[in-house]
Amino acid sequence: MFRSNIPEGSMDKKWEEYKGHVKLVNPANKRSLEIIIIGTGLAGASAAASLGEMGYKVKAFCFQDSPRRAHSIAAQGGINAAKNYQNDGDSTFRLFYDTVKGGDYRSREANVHRLAEVSASIIDQCVAQGVPFAREYGGLLSNRSFGGVQVQRTFYAAGQTGQQLLIGAYQALERQVALGNVEMYSRHEMLDVVVIDGKARGIIARNLITGELERHFGHAVLLCSGGYGNVFYLSTNAMGSNVTAAWKAHRKGAYFGNPCYTQIHPTCIPVTGEHQSKLTLMSESLRNDGRIWVPKEKNDPRKPNEIPHEERDYYLERRYPAFGNLVPRDVASRAAKERCDAGYGVGTSKQAVYLDFASAIDRYGRVECRKHGIENPSEEDIRSHGVDVVKEKYGNLFDMYAKITGEDPYTTPMRIYPAVHYTMGGLWVDYELMTTVPGLYALGEANFSDHGANRLGASALMQGLADGYFVIPYTIGNYLADEIRIKPIPTTHEAFAAAEQAVAERLNKLKSINGSTSPENFHKRLGKIMWDKCGMARNEAGLKEAIEEIRALKAEFWRDLRVTGEINEFNPELDKAGRVADFIELGELMCQDALQRRESCGGHFREESQTPDGEAKRDDEHFSFVAGWEYKGDSNWELHKEPLEFEIVHPTQRSYK
Amino acid sequence: MEHYTMNLTLKVWRQKNKKDKGQFETYSVSGISSEMSFLEMFDVLNERLVVEGKEPIAFDHDCREGICGMCSMYINGRPHGPWEGTTTCQLHMRAFKDGDTIVVEPWRANAFPVIKDLVVDRSAFDRIIQAGGYISVNTGNAVDANAIPIEKDKADTAFAAAACIGCGACVAACKNSSALLFLSAKVSHLALLPQGNPERKTRVVDMIAQMDKEGFGSCTATGACEAVCPKEISIQNIARLNSEYARSGFTTDK
Repeated sequence: MFRSNIPEGSMDKKWEEYKGHVKLVNPANKRSLEIIIIGTGLAGASAAASLGEMGYKVKAFCFQDSPRRAHSIAAQGGINAAKNYQNDGDSTFRLFYDTVKGGDYRSREANVHRLAEVSASIIDQCVAQGVPFAREYGGLLSNRSFGGVQVQRTFYAAGQTGQQLLIGAYQALERQVALGNVEMYSRHEMLDVVVIDGKARGIIARNLITGELERHFGHAVLLCSGGYGNVFYLSTNAMGSNVTAAWKAHRKGAYFGNPCYTQIHPTCIPVTGEHQSKLTLMSESLRNDGRIWVPKEKNDPRKPNEIPHEERDYYLERRYPAFGNLVPRDVASRAAKERCDAGYGVGTSKQAVYLDFASAIDRYGRVECRKHGIENPSEEDIRSHGVDVVKEKYGNLFDMYAKITGEDPYTTPMRIYPAVHYTMGGLWVDYELMTTVPGLYALGEANFSDHGANRLGASALMQGLADGYFVIPYTIGNYLADEIRIKPIPTTHEAFAAAEQAVAERLNKLKSINGSTSPENFHKRLGKIMWDKCGMARNEAGLKEAIEEIRALKAEFWRDLRVTGEINEFNPELDKAGRVADFIELGELMCQDALQRRESCGGHFREESQTPDGEAKRDDEHFSFVAGWEYKGDSNWELHKEPLEFEIVHPTQRSYK
Repeated sequence: MEHYTMNLTLKVWRQKNKKDKGQFETYSVSGISSEMSFLEMFDVLNERLVVEGKEPIAFDHDCREGICGMCSMYINGRPHGPWEGTTTCQLHMRAFKDGDTIVVEPWRANAFPVIKDLVVDRSAFDRIIQAGGYISVNTGNAVDANAIPIEKDKADTAFAAAACIGCGACVAACKNSSALLFLSAKVSHLALLPQGNPERKTRVVDMIAQMDKEGFGSCTATGACEAVCPKEISIQNIARLNSEYARSGFTTDK
């Protein structure tokens, strides 16, 4: 059950060999095989479109009103691919190496290598679909840099790359809907997986408009339901992003991999008050041109523009001269926290640092003036030309910042602070993306597989689309080839009936507690526990306290929850209550996982394990493994370990200095 | 930026379900910070309603960063409220002052039936895309991404059209409930790119046929759609759509 199923052979031949020998399903048989897909973000939409094109009968589900609204849409900065269009020394190997190193040697080499191999095809596919990536004047594609990398391999569409990629995948999906190969169920939420004779055979879904429960059969079920960052309440995730689909699968036998690996993104708009409902990311791409600093003096009362250069501490450039402002996210986030904790933070809350574009505006302005033949340009000429360039690159992000804060980032530096953004952990999957439940797969952010303990920027879009367009179409055949004799199981089967009844009972229970506290209130309190004790820095005492507090919160939830409205109608409060209940259980597991991992790695920082200069210190001897948690009942899990073996990239202390 | 707090009167459309007639209800909210987003102000009101044992106001929202296109409030007679180029979720309370009365309604259009309160059904947009808003290329069929250079200006214009978030504000603002700005953004995005060429003629005809079938009205070029579009999609796209439509009709070689 807990085997990674990595193919034999040398690292650069594994995927090729696998594809050459994997079982195939003939076209006639594909037509009688049904596949259920949960979630329509980059992973789900690309999988649904591709599998539909191949001839499988696909049903796709999303909780939003349209598949185009999945949260992949909000990804800003870009997507990586080893194209080497910039002739700067990039290659499949370098992308593979950077990703394994960036993940602090906690990812599975074979999966990462495959990801790097298929990355180039993703860009080809997207361009063919009409994704309008940024271009140079010669008509060819443009690239920029992201953190933890010394080449330019990131493709982008202004600050809306996720939107453009998702619209591409969505259009491919809608084409299959029109052709009758995919049936789309919007405003539906998966509330359980149906397992028959040990294999995933379908789901129970709730129609969120009518409240009705529905049974759907599938020869296989794909979870493409995204990450669980909203366990922290405040995150850059969408309000509806949740762990429910993955959690139901976990309770039905799918192991949860590395739940404690959370990515805290360094550049987000800071919290302003108690009313805050979510946090907004300012893309990592801004670190191409923005410089991060705090005043050298504590509590400097001056406005940022009044502080001269020599009195500013560009702490990333100071501490990490080789990568400067483009260190990986975990490193940049911890460095910001360190400065703020030491008393150098800025803004009213003192929990922020500056991200400053003045030098970029000046540099670009001078280049543009030369291009336009302006001799001896005035400061104003330089500025206005420079602003135009910055506007073209990041305009939508600057607008968003201005709307949220009321400040103009073209004239005054942005104030930013780290926030929860992504979860590297997720359902454990093998090389074929199958969970520990046969026939149940997890793709994209919902699985744990490719990013180790820290994801590099612009790699989430790459992974979601790699899984959906180029991995699952091959690997699922290896399973379904043996299922061709299985006729669709009628949903009157007792396993469907039992699963539906359990779902109905739980909904009734949520509704009938009739206490006094809203789901939102419990969610906020859970988030505070998680952020304070299982956030950017963690320690043994804090994690133990958090576990106790979460258990108490869970007891209170089931005693004092109030859900207004009825079960059999459109009821967002009821939807939310179910999701919060699952987040509470997940929160405890995250703390358990963080507690057992007595090392620091990537985004998981245990205060007990750091180098003298405050960097994350791994313990390869004891913790070079994937933690796979098996659900054993209420607050009860068993830890299984998948050892990580490194053939190519030998683990060393990660350095960006 | 100066921060302040305010007391407001809200008149909000409440409608239990599709069949219910619906009516306005009035709520007072106090202590609203100018730093809140418009939806956070609704969160505060809803939390209070739950505590009072009343049913909170249903509204669509998800990313809250202006890109998913889910939020859809008609605020003081204008889709997405008073700020230009802004979705409801990005509208902040400093747009209002102490003592203001704010009227909030759902999108109103026959093709967007109300599901509950401020939530409407916009699945008609998905069906318009199904009618032809794509390039027919199966996974794995692509040539190298740099094999076809595309003029930067054209690529930029295609991108500006592709920025549409499918929120439906254009329909809500239009006196005819026309979906032409939405449709023209997609037609333009794909017609401007060489990849979109093979299906250029059928796409525009099929999508318009579907739009008519869904019950959207016709365009009379008042420009209300462009004025309220949170992504500032240009009405020039409608001109381009008209020329695409005419072009597809003049020749019979399909």
